[in-house]
Amino acid sequence: MSDNRLMQTIFGRLTWDALPLHDPIVLPVFGVVALGGLVTVFLLTRYRLWGYLWKEWFTSVDHKKVGIMYVILGIVMLLRGFSDAIMMRIQQAIAFGPNEGYLPPHHYDQIFTAHGTIMIFFVAIPLVVGIINFVMPLQIGARDVAFPFLNNLSFWLTAAGAVLVMTSLFVGEFARTGWLGYAPLSELDYSPDTGVDYYLWALQIAGVGTTLSAINMVTTIVKMRAPGMTMMKMPIFCWTALCSNVLAVAIFPALTAAFFLLMLDRYVGTNFFTNDLGGAPMMYWNMVWIWGHPEVYVLVLPAFGIFSEITSTFTGKRLFGYSSMVYATVVITILAYLVWLHHFFTMGSGPTVNSFFGIATMVIAIPTGAKIFNWLFTMYRGDIRFDLPMMWVVAFMLTFTVGGMTGVLLAIPPADFVLHNSLFLVAHFHNVIIGGVLFGLFAGIVYWFPKAFGFILDPFWGKVGFWGWVIGYWIAWTPMYVVGLMGTTRRVNHFDDVSLQPYFIVAMVGVVIIAIGIFGFIMSIVMGVKHRRRLADTTGDPWEGRTLEWSTSSPPPHYNFAFTPVIHELDAWYDMKRRGYERPADGYRPIHMPGNTASGVLISGLALVMGFGMIWYIWWLAALAFVGLLAVAIGHTFFLDRDYVIPPDEVARTEAHWHEQGALT
Amino acid sequence: MNAAQDPEHAHTGRRGYRIGTLLAIVLTILPFWLVMDGVLDRTTTVVLIFAMALVQIVVHVVCFLHLDTRAEGGWSLLAFLFTAVIAVLTIGGSIWIMYHLNTNMMPMGG
Amino acid sequence: MSGATSDETPIVWHVSEDEDHGAGHSGPTALGFWIYLMSDALIFASLFAMYGVVSTSYAGGPVPSEIFDLKLVAINTALLLASSITFGEAMPHMEAGRVGPMRAWLVATGLLGAAFLGVELYEFHHLINEGAGPQRSAFLSAFFALVGTHGAHVFFGLIWMVVLLVQTMQHGLIEPMKRRVMCLSMFWHFLDIIWIGVFTFVYLLGVLR
Repeated sequence: MSDNRLMQTIFGRLTWDALPLHDPIVLPVFGVVALGGLVTVFLLTRYRLWGYLWKEWFTSVDHKKVGIMYVILGIVMLLRGFSDAIMMRIQQAIAFGPNEGYLPPHHYDQIFTAHGTIMIFFVAIPLVVGIINFVMPLQIGARDVAFPFLNNLSFWLTAAGAVLVMTSLFVGEFARTGWLGYAPLSELDYSPDTGVDYYLWALQIAGVGTTLSAINMVTTIVKMRAPGMTMMKMPIFCWTALCSNVLAVAIFPALTAAFFLLMLDRYVGTNFFTNDLGGAPMMYWNMVWIWGHPEVYVLVLPAFGIFSEITSTFTGKRLFGYSSMVYATVVITILAYLVWLHHFFTMGSGPTVNSFFGIATMVIAIPTGAKIFNWLFTMYRGDIRFDLPMMWVVAFMLTFTVGGMTGVLLAIPPADFVLHNSLFLVAHFHNVIIGGVLFGLFAGIVYWFPKAFGFILDPFWGKVGFWGWVIGYWIAWTPMYVVGLMGTTRRVNHFDDVSLQPYFIVAMVGVVIIAIGIFGFIMSIVMGVKHRRRLADTTGDPWEGRTLEWSTSSPPPHYNFAFTPVIHELDAWYDMKRRGYERPADGYRPIHMPGNTASGVLISGLALVMGFGMIWYIWWLAALAFVGLLAVAIGHTFFLDRDYVIPPDEVARTEAHWHEQGALT
Repeated sequence: MNAAQDPEHAHTGRRGYRIGTLLAIVLTILPFWLVMDGVLDRTTTVVLIFAMALVQIVVHVVCFLHLDTRAEGGWSLLAFLFTAVIAVLTIGGSIWIMYHLNTNMMPMGG
Repeated sequence: MSGATSDETPIVWHVSEDEDHGAGHSGPTALGFWIYLMSDALIFASLFAMYGVVSTSYAGGPVPSEIFDLKLVAINTALLLASSITFGEAMPHMEAGRVGPMRAWLVATGLLGAAFLGVELYEFHHLINEGAGPQRSAFLSAFFALVGTHGAHVFFGLIWMVVLLVQTMQHGLIEPMKRRVMCLSMFWHFLDIIWIGVFTFVYLLGVLR
């Protein structure tokens, strides 16, 4: 008995039962992941890459490297989220009538929760933040972000959240509550195991990272623009990044607060969202959607920015209606706060409340529509080059418009009463998130990849990836619209009505085609690396770009620009090329740069340990990690000289090397 | 926020700070007095204490946090106003929504 | 240095004097910290919203007028306001680089802040002993969460203050230290502003109900 209590003090509620030793699905996955991890560790050790990774990447505060790490995290997590998607599609394609399928509800519920959580928090957000991180400082002519260390810390906090979610796959369970952890289902009474705790701690830690990153990006855009770059001469992508991050700063507090209160309910026994003692479960819905709806715009606005940059570049024209695009973005930023209730029209707030939010939702389609016309008019009579990034733009416009229209349909409260929680709704938001955000992110990755690595992605495999995604998307989700309209609800692992089965089989075929798309995307990287000599970009400007990031080498040097540029017009680099700008070959000066630090990795690692301790009720571990975290954070502030200076002759060497390279081709 | 940079501004900043201190003390004592001594009827008291809280918040922001139209080229003020709007939306919107929910759906207990 | 077109006056393409991004008052820290405070204010806005929604959900338990001791709240309000004022007194010394007086005012601020926390902990302890703990009703949950979160902020402000006292002793009032003291002063005044909302919306309005 006392032995048992000792074990509980040391290990909390963590026992051998937490490991999936008897699960026929998870165990093999665990085996494969463990094997893969061991092989990676072996290879890194064999080729002595640990030191390189640690010094050049993990501890780096260079915004370009942090951005690239974000994108890598996003792509890795995309693979995890997509495997969840495939599992769901297979289950729903076979589980009809007498066939129960292969996933029992207990497991299926974890999968759809993990899918949504991962795709939004650990795929979409890292990819968006990563691209903003890499591109935005280059576009405004800065040498780094406003707070470089904070940037590194933000990334590692996000990564720590991702690690916690992945841990839940093998140690314990994940939440079965849907991706927003709705109360009261997520309360201790109904979800007593570790699932919701994993969910809460992972998102809370990652959320701190996202908030800090957003503060950093807003400050960077406001304070660090190159001389001459007024707000209305700023590239449109930076405008969308600004609005997106302003939104993020303003909404993440609501989510943090909602999660914090739910944590109090679960750990302290308070009654915020419980059914008893005056708790208000629907207030949880209210708070998470105050975050949740604007979050959609946090993700899609930068995608709009990417599309704008690409459309302008590949039509060789200035963006049509730049200022209207800016105003539309700002209007969306504000309207985004006035629509959150449309996610729970059916809650029963009545006609007054529902009408207000319904109308506000429909109004938001107007600035979005204006943007679509701006892109169309930019293309009109343009000299369009249908390279891969431009193909993504066209696919986006066709796909996203449909998603936007079904959105307006759902904004009508009476219609929503029919379609709420149906697969029609699920099809709608996949339509806008895949067709808007994800297509935009792929477009951005293809477009800026040569800037980051010095060679373009393999075009053939890139096109395979493109067609796989576009065709696959439509085949997978059109049947969902149809069955959703007929009344099929979401989050169901088995159907009695056999007549629906063909639709789900078609959807599964669509997912297989998307899998080909993902394979193509990965192959475009692999083959790009293989043929990097042939695909190399030595000029720094492979697409005939118009903004400042194309004025420096590919990949850019640590310091981005040997001289801080002075901006005279919108499309600064186009302006420079047009007016016969020549690069100076001497007169370099020392450049002041922020130094690397391990504090970000340490703090995030300790946050991860603290989260793990809290999830498993290992109080001593959590307390110890928290104290350690504070100690490292405070200790970090005692080091005042973290910066270093790049001497002029090193700048001269770097620049000369690039010029020679360019001269060779 | 950058009072250190010019002595002129620093000087007016100090005067603003003294005035702010006085106002803050008065605006703190008044509502406590109104409620603790029950001098006015309930509705008037509620309106007055909320009005005084709003005024005191503005006093603190202007006199202690030195927010004005020039700080950081107006960005601080813009951020503050934006936050104020969002805060009002969050608090007002939530209470409005939940009030209607409770009226329509008849909460149990509570 | 500058590229030039043939027929016009030369166009300046580059900054000729090396400007230093990070240093001095024009650096990004003040604005960045301000934005952080705005974001923190919205966490409190959510907690206020939560409190507003369940402020009458007593679940048959104690109601505000039974448990709130306005004299205690008045003392606490006075302590926090006084600490805000003492911090304000430290600032001219900081700007003038007089490290001694600045540290003295900072210590005074810290003591007042600690006293505030002491009174608040006493109040919490008292309430819990009376059976009015955070588990009793949604109203009490929201009360403890809102006031407690504010208290936690004050606590972290105190830790920060101690760290700055140590660092200003080590380094004197060099530029980064000035920046940090300025941020802490913003933080401290911000907490006082949140407290205005707390004593009005929670305590005074609660007693009036």
